[in-house]
Amino acid sequence: MKHLDDEEMILWHYGESGDDTHPMEDARAHLLECRECGARYASLVSVLDAVEAVAVPERGPEYPAQVWKKIGRDVSASRWVRWPRTAPWNWAAATAAAAALLVAGFVAGRYSLSAPPAEPLLTTNALLTSMPADAGAGKRVLRLAVADHLERSQMVLVELANSNPKFNRSGHLNILSEQERAEALVSENRLYRQSAQFAGQTAVAGVLEELERVLLDITHGPSEISARELDALRQRLESEGILFKIHVLRSNVRMEQPVVMERL
Amino acid sequence: MELTDGTLVEKARAGETDAFRALVERHSQRLFRLAYRMTGNQEDAEDVVQDSFLRAFRRLDQFDGRASFGTWLHRIAANRSVDLVRSRTVRFEYGSGGDSVDDPVLTLPARGPSPERVAASSQIRDRVEEAMNELSAVERTAFVLRHFEEMHLEEVGRVLGCGSNTAKHSVFRAVHKLRRALEPLAKSAR
Repeated sequence: MKHLDDEEMILWHYGESGDDTHPMEDARAHLLECRECGARYASLVSVLDAVEAVAVPERGPEYPAQVWKKIGRDVSASRWVRWPRTAPWNWAAATAAAAALLVAGFVAGRYSLSAPPAEPLLTTNALLTSMPADAGAGKRVLRLAVADHLERSQMVLVELANSNPKFNRSGHLNILSEQERAEALVSENRLYRQSAQFAGQTAVAGVLEELERVLLDITHGPSEISARELDALRQRLESEGILFKIHVLRSNVRMEQPVVMERL
Repeated sequence: MELTDGTLVEKARAGETDAFRALVERHSQRLFRLAYRMTGNQEDAEDVVQDSFLRAFRRLDQFDGRASFGTWLHRIAANRSVDLVRSRTVRFEYGSGGDSVDDPVLTLPARGPSPERVAASSQIRDRVEEAMNELSAVERTAFVLRHFEEMHLEEVGRVLGCGSNTAKHSVFRAVHKLRRALEPLAKSAR
């Protein structure tokens, strides 16, 4: 048998099968017989043993409880939405249904509905899977869902824009939580934007498009940002006036004042 | 009877936060070890653990059960660690940086735990950490998962989101770099 090369030796050390030309048993036999390969293997093992010198700091038995203490509130507060794996035609149907309701809600929203009651916030999923035959109820449900979506988007952006940043030792701010919330909002936003476009609500669609771009940029950016990146994001939010636009749109959706939106 | 991870996941999906808490209690220690080996820093590792559990909870709907929950969680933690290591602009805090392989202390004969020997051990540790920091994020991940977590290359590939062949070559490159950096040291310490 020919000598083992470094890669075969590594595979043998880790008990991976390696290639068929050097079955495990052959490799073992060769390492026992060949002094040269045996010495090289001993050297490999000594290096890998040395790597073990990096001790991991012990976490006490209380560590799991400490982890839970830090994340438990977020877990409880997270509104986890289980998106069904629907066929594309279902999404199309849902979009069309949402669009139809948006038409009713934004365009033909002359009916002056009273201010929405303090109902539990509805998830988009609930909205889409429970498109009611009753158009009046549907409009109210949709308006609440859109207002809820805008409110949650606004909260994410406000937290980033106005928070008192706590940078870590490497000078970065962890925005993973905001990022994940932004990610969850993108799909909803896309649906509402498409519906608004479908309904001919260009001003509404425009604001939602701006919002979507910001959400996407946050989602696809790094989870840890420097002070300069945070500053750039804040300046962008301010210069584009996106928070103000969302605020106005949200108020209008709740109060049903489509005319004001057209001025944005 | 202790519930399986799969059962706990189903309960957590149904809204039972206590079930997710049980998963946190079951996997925290191991996840911390992985994160520490990946990041080389206690605080970063703790952050990775917390972020990974939160991310896992928010994505429970994406867990399809093809891999075990532990593997899936490790994948999230490994990816978070890779992101963190890549985004880091400063080197790890624990690298000594200035010690040469030819440092006379490292070539002292090994005759027991003399102060010199203890110092040598400490420097070996520093050198190992330094060598680990020289690995790319993917190499480090692949090596940590294969060497410390004892995952098969196929599983390492799944965690990294690549094929087992790519994972294998990442491990090869990692070991090669470690050997180059540590072999003289390991010889002198024997």
